[in-house]
Amino acid sequence: MLSNRNGISTVETRRTLSVLVDNKPGVLSQIARLFTRNGYNIESFTAGTTIDEDITRLTIEVTADDSHTELMVAQLSKMVPVHSVKLLEADHVIRRELVLFKVHAVTSEVRNEIIQVANIFRGSVIDVSRETLTLSIIGDEKKIDGVRDILEGFGIIELARTGMIALERGKYTINDESKVKGEFNYGKNVL
Amino acid sequence: MLMTGAKILMECLLEQGVDTVFGYPGGTNLNVYDELYKYSDKIHNYLTSHEQGAAHAADGYARSTGKVGVCFATSGPGATNLTTGIATAHLDSSPVVFITCNVSGKLLGKDAFQEADVIGIMMPITKAQYLVRDVNTLADDVREAFALARSGRPGPVLIDILKDVTTQTAEYDYLPREQHYAHGTLGDLMMRATTSALRMPEPDRQDIEKLVAMIAESDKPMLICGGGVTRSRAHMEFREFARKLDAPTAITLMGGGSMPGDDPLSTGMIGMHGSQASNRACDGCDLLIAVGCRFSDRVALKPSTFARNAKIVHIDIDRAEINKNVRTDHHIIGNAKVVLAQLNAMIPQYDHSEWKRYVFSFPRETEYDASSSALTPKEILSTISDMMPEDTIVATDVGEHQMWSIQHFHFSYPGQLLTSGGFGTMGFGLGAAIGAKIGNPEKTVIHITGDGSFRMNCNELSTEAFYKAPVITFIFNNGCLVMVRQWQELMYNGRYSATILDRGPDFIKLAEAYGLKGSRVSSPDELKAAIEEALTEYKEGRGYIVECTVAQSELVRPMVNGGTHITEFLLN
Repeated sequence: MLSNRNGISTVETRRTLSVLVDNKPGVLSQIARLFTRNGYNIESFTAGTTIDEDITRLTIEVTADDSHTELMVAQLSKMVPVHSVKLLEADHVIRRELVLFKVHAVTSEVRNEIIQVANIFRGSVIDVSRETLTLSIIGDEKKIDGVRDILEGFGIIELARTGMIALERGKYTINDESKVKGEFNYGKNVL
Repeated sequence: MLMTGAKILMECLLEQGVDTVFGYPGGTNLNVYDELYKYSDKIHNYLTSHEQGAAHAADGYARSTGKVGVCFATSGPGATNLTTGIATAHLDSSPVVFITCNVSGKLLGKDAFQEADVIGIMMPITKAQYLVRDVNTLADDVREAFALARSGRPGPVLIDILKDVTTQTAEYDYLPREQHYAHGTLGDLMMRATTSALRMPEPDRQDIEKLVAMIAESDKPMLICGGGVTRSRAHMEFREFARKLDAPTAITLMGGGSMPGDDPLSTGMIGMHGSQASNRACDGCDLLIAVGCRFSDRVALKPSTFARNAKIVHIDIDRAEINKNVRTDHHIIGNAKVVLAQLNAMIPQYDHSEWKRYVFSFPRETEYDASSSALTPKEILSTISDMMPEDTIVATDVGEHQMWSIQHFHFSYPGQLLTSGGFGTMGFGLGAAIGAKIGNPEKTVIHITGDGSFRMNCNELSTEAFYKAPVITFIFNNGCLVMVRQWQELMYNGRYSATILDRGPDFIKLAEAYGLKGSRVSSPDELKAAIEEALTEYKEGRGYIVECTVAQSELVRPMVNGGTHITEFLLN
């Protein structure tokens, strides 16, 4: 069944949520808990401060269907430390991740070959040793998967990913006012 | 003025107008209790038998008075004993501030004696949590905690103060409550809100106009009175709305009292144990307006067919409730009191006599057969309501006695019925009743319970006796956990696994052990005599226990199974 009686899709796809929260202890665990409670595995979770040092921007990716995504957005939005939540539409989003690959590179031929791969993908070599090369690559998962596929031929010793960060394309921002945002703020207002 | 953290806490409670706290001392909150001792002429502490009892008492106090309840406990086991009480308050949106103390900063995270990650434990069951590690933020945190507990959709808030913070000193300046919103972190929070009218934002005008138009098109409107009406004390506006709309009105468990049970428009409870009238009206209406209700699985048993012929309109203060359980056609976000007042000013008087005739052709109350050997629930409850003052506060536990009470009592004001609706906490009733009595000393408070529920927290009889906060307890004793047994009878071929309570205690002897009188009754005449004695004792400031023998075979009717359509009655 692809949709229920109300025409809501029940297909699970990757969703990107952008969330602005107070930069305070305990907030991240409160946010993470919400996803645990709803039974969703967080695919990617990144955090960093914004223009305002007191506010942290989280980019959270989960695989979920429409109605659960809606529920998670709603439950995030009503939390007091949360300033703003936006579900970023797949067609209007720029997503990037930085990945560090440490690869076996014992001979100079191999090193050169790996450096060429890095150049093709506009990555850079950030560390060299007698036996290894460490590359950094920035991209979405398609590009990262492509690099990884090639580097596996040389032997990847370890890799580290930052997790996805994302922004909306064009002039739109997470701070744009909307009726729904106003509705959530209503409940948070102190009477 | 320079003060210790413990003293700042007391001053902050006074700022909030708190004169009553429920709680239990321990190692980490010794300083708080020491300060409480010095403030005992202004703030009265009620020591319970168990922290859970204190949590329920603070909750019952909050629900019955509309004020914020306050509850103290120590670290570790003190705090974890609160959890059931906190979760109960959370699911029923009851404003209670729980203040626990934790071990000192240098011991934090080292598995110290009586240490628990209280913030971590309480996160899922509170509206907000504050770990106070710095005495300089204490006053601000307390002010914010109280504001959050009572604002928007009310709920429990936890403040966990490190023990060393209670002895450290900081500057404290008195700040009247009206000014809290303009200061400190609470002020920042208020600045963040986008609407300009911060204190009581206006609901969206267009949303209201849309509903007015929907009402004009409807021939068969129906209302649901939910807990939000009770919490915002919007009962007068709601009643006026129902009368102008001339619509049958179903009441949820949490809405009890906001719409009088005996109002000509009231169809009784809706859902699993809802009346025929409520459930059939819900199925037949063309417009369903639910106010302050969250369409729980005990109301919207099968969300996909709930009110299947109707446009559903949801009025709620919490945007996260919209489309959570039931997909709606329209919603209005706002405080029920404000939204309903605006609607009332805009809608004309309607006449839906024909539709009402149809709805009220179905019974709104269940007829229970008389029995010669035991009392029927109906007999007990009508005798109680005949003999008790009209404004008696009724606290219940959880089980069949709870459903019978809701079905038979006609509550007439919000805060009159205290019951654990969302969390279904057995053992809630006695603590809640004591809290209600302390908050409403002029009213009579009764506690309806079952033998199963009562055994859970009957230790609070000592609290009731000591503080002369009398409660008349009616135990529906059928020797079993009959709510569970009912499911076993209907769905498990009568395999009564672990539901038969063929064991003590002797409740009358138990009452005596706590210095209270009681009597066991099995006929209406005995019941009347017992209530008379209870009322005499009550006047003397003593509680009483009436143990009513009820047949094990009495079931709650009607019943619709969870997940099935609302009119598929298993029992009628």
